[in-house]
Amino acid sequence: MKGHPHSKWSLPRPPLEWRVGISWIILFLCALPLQGEQISSQGDSILERSHRFLTLSDESVRMVLLGTILMGLSCGVMGGLVVTRRLSLFGDTLSHAVLPGVAVGFLWSQSKDSWAILVGATVAGFLGVALISLLRKTSRIRQDSALGLVLSGFYALGICMLTRIQKMEFGNQSGIDKYLFGQVVGLSSSDLWTMAFSCLLILTLTILLYKELLVAGFDSEYARSIGLPVDFLQYLLWLLLAFAVITSLQVVGVVLVSALLVIPAATASLITDKMRAILIWSAMLGCMAGATGAFLSFLGNQLPTGPIIVLVSAVFFLWALFFHPQNGLLFKWLAARNRNQRIALENTLKAVYQELESINFQEETTSVSQLAKRRRIGMPQAHRETDALVARQYATVHPVEDKLAAPPRPTLISLTPKGWGTACRIVRNHRLWELYLTNEARYAPDHVHDDAEKIEHVLGEETVRRIERILSNPKKDPHGKLIPSQQDIDRGFIA
Amino acid sequence: MSANRQTKETFIPDFDPIDTFVTPWSTHAEIAWNGQIVTMGILVCLACGLVGSFIVVRKLALMGDAISHGILPGLALAFIIMKSWALFPMFFGACVAGLLCSFCIEWLQKKSILKPDAALGVTFTTFFAFGVLLIAMYGGNAHIDAECLLYGEIGLIPLAESLSLGGVDLGARPIVSMFVVTVLVIISVTVFYRQLMVTSFDFTLAKTLGLPVTLIHYGLMLLLALTIVSSFEAVGVILVISMLIFPSVTANFFFRRMPAILFCSLPLSFVYSIGGFFLARWLDCTIAGAMVLVASLCFALGWAFGPNGGLAWQLLDRLNDKPGNKNARSEGCAVEGQ
Repeated sequence: MKGHPHSKWSLPRPPLEWRVGISWIILFLCALPLQGEQISSQGDSILERSHRFLTLSDESVRMVLLGTILMGLSCGVMGGLVVTRRLSLFGDTLSHAVLPGVAVGFLWSQSKDSWAILVGATVAGFLGVALISLLRKTSRIRQDSALGLVLSGFYALGICMLTRIQKMEFGNQSGIDKYLFGQVVGLSSSDLWTMAFSCLLILTLTILLYKELLVAGFDSEYARSIGLPVDFLQYLLWLLLAFAVITSLQVVGVVLVSALLVIPAATASLITDKMRAILIWSAMLGCMAGATGAFLSFLGNQLPTGPIIVLVSAVFFLWALFFHPQNGLLFKWLAARNRNQRIALENTLKAVYQELESINFQEETTSVSQLAKRRRIGMPQAHRETDALVARQYATVHPVEDKLAAPPRPTLISLTPKGWGTACRIVRNHRLWELYLTNEARYAPDHVHDDAEKIEHVLGEETVRRIERILSNPKKDPHGKLIPSQQDIDRGFIA
Repeated sequence: MSANRQTKETFIPDFDPIDTFVTPWSTHAEIAWNGQIVTMGILVCLACGLVGSFIVVRKLALMGDAISHGILPGLALAFIIMKSWALFPMFFGACVAGLLCSFCIEWLQKKSILKPDAALGVTFTTFFAFGVLLIAMYGGNAHIDAECLLYGEIGLIPLAESLSLGGVDLGARPIVSMFVVTVLVIISVTVFYRQLMVTSFDFTLAKTLGLPVTLIHYGLMLLLALTIVSSFEAVGVILVISMLIFPSVTANFFFRRMPAILFCSLPLSFVYSIGGFFLARWLDCTIAGAMVLVASLCFALGWAFGPNGGLAWQLLDRLNDKPGNKNARSEGCAVEGQ
């Protein structure tokens, strides 16, 4: 049980701060090669730059940091709501579909006014989502095709409009093409106010309507039956999602917004499976990725912030995927390997026990060749298994003492008290389970072996006691063999 | 208000039929130049339409999107290493990246607790961000432009260096490679038509028949990656997805059988390419975008009036209140392979 992870519902244990710290250091190291290219052209060193960033002495640094954190927060929360509803790719579609709205807002206001663009983009995003549901309702087009159609159709419209705008006299200096990739340096204070407003709106509505959103998201039939306005909530979700996407456009651009919606939320869903925790984790991860990305791109001198933020959140994702203590694939893999090794050991021990039993425990030793025959494996494999037993002090081996035997003298195995105890426990589990299945579950006696083969390795001490009590301390299994008792285990031999 | 009006007028320029339809074909130089553009458009639409029909019936439409984003780091790396658009490194890098992306997605979908759509979203956005970063970091001194990769510029195709084989001038490189890929797509689809059909529509049957389903799947993915790589210069990585989806979905409103839908790619590719060219000529905007706009228009027409599930016929049926309508529609599902 040593390699077993903690219980499923607890949050990660204290070393979290450590891990966060280590991740920061690794990220910092990752920044060095990024920085290497430009270091000669720029006078200040990486330490000076990081000092400038961390003390927030620059006005532009403050704005960038605030912008990326606000974006991480709103995208994280909305992503959590969207990903758990299996709508991740709606975020992607929405982020592409707002593009014509951005263009219209720009045309309307003839400047990069964030409010006009916000309104235009929201309308366009809504149209896109409405078109998807209309397509789903009135035609046989599947969800994924409908998403792709709306995504690329709207995007093409947006691109055409933007190229038109760039050819008009006021479009030239607008920098509106920054909406494609984002440019965090170009954030104005009015942009920040818009971001703060939409972030506040998202947080407030999510907290106030948390239960309603939860119910409507996971069981819309039930939500309808208790009188919740499910459609209204759905539209509200789209509205908030559109806000999050549009305000993030300037920071990371159209294409990478969907990454910020999906990746932190997916990371959170790997870490925990409680909705509240997912939302909090996802928001935190979004903020952390935003801040770290801003830091790294500042260190790296004029590197695009958007892709770096996305890659930082991808690093968080990979960490959660492989190294998370409960759900990490590495730990799962290690646990599975441990379990398989333990099962193999226990099977060997059981075979030794059965071999000893077949000679009525007249002798205390058996040979490797006998073991190989019983386990139906080759000699090399049997030797390997025996070595594994010896390595864990379950058994000792010694060559046969008969001097007359042929040169490759057979090796004898004898169990240590520890090995004997484990072997007895496994055999006992096996036979008790067989008896339980025959007596209580009415299985035929010749159908119980395979099931017992599996369960013998996982039955706990307490369960065994309960089964014994139910079966009133039996002596023999359905096939007439003796079940080792606790006394036999303690005594070291079968009476 | 007057300023607004003026903007509107310049935003949609006056329609001049002579300038739009006649001028592009008035001189030999113009014909050669524009002919290359239109040819490239037709080839792109045809190859994408054929591969896309299978992608759509396999419910992999978004996998196409993912791969089209996922090839970016491969392209960028090939470009950074070779310092130019060398044909084979570019194809190689992009195909490896595309297949790696699709493999990562499938691995995540199988091995992690993530929902399939989240696994897809996480993977391709990460690949894409990596590609953009590579271009931003190392593309500055080399001639590579991220925006051009994003929405392509089919209008600059004739500028590409021409490819010659044994002294014979074959034409501009993108057109030649697109032509080769299109021929490859047509051949593969014809030769492996049965296998593709069976694995697309009845996975279990394909397995019992002993078909190598995984091999066919990755073969199709490779074909998809090849198509995307050869067309990205023309239409960019995002608009490729519309070239994949629009033809088969539009054809689905007119025909129910797969062969008909596949054949439909041919006329549709002519319509998209030529229509897009004229639209872009009139509006003076990006040709790839205009091609997708024409595709959207065709789709809207099909959705409204298509004999196979079009809105107008649905409305008519509802007005006449024919009960038999339901059956007719469910029969049509055969082509969707449910």
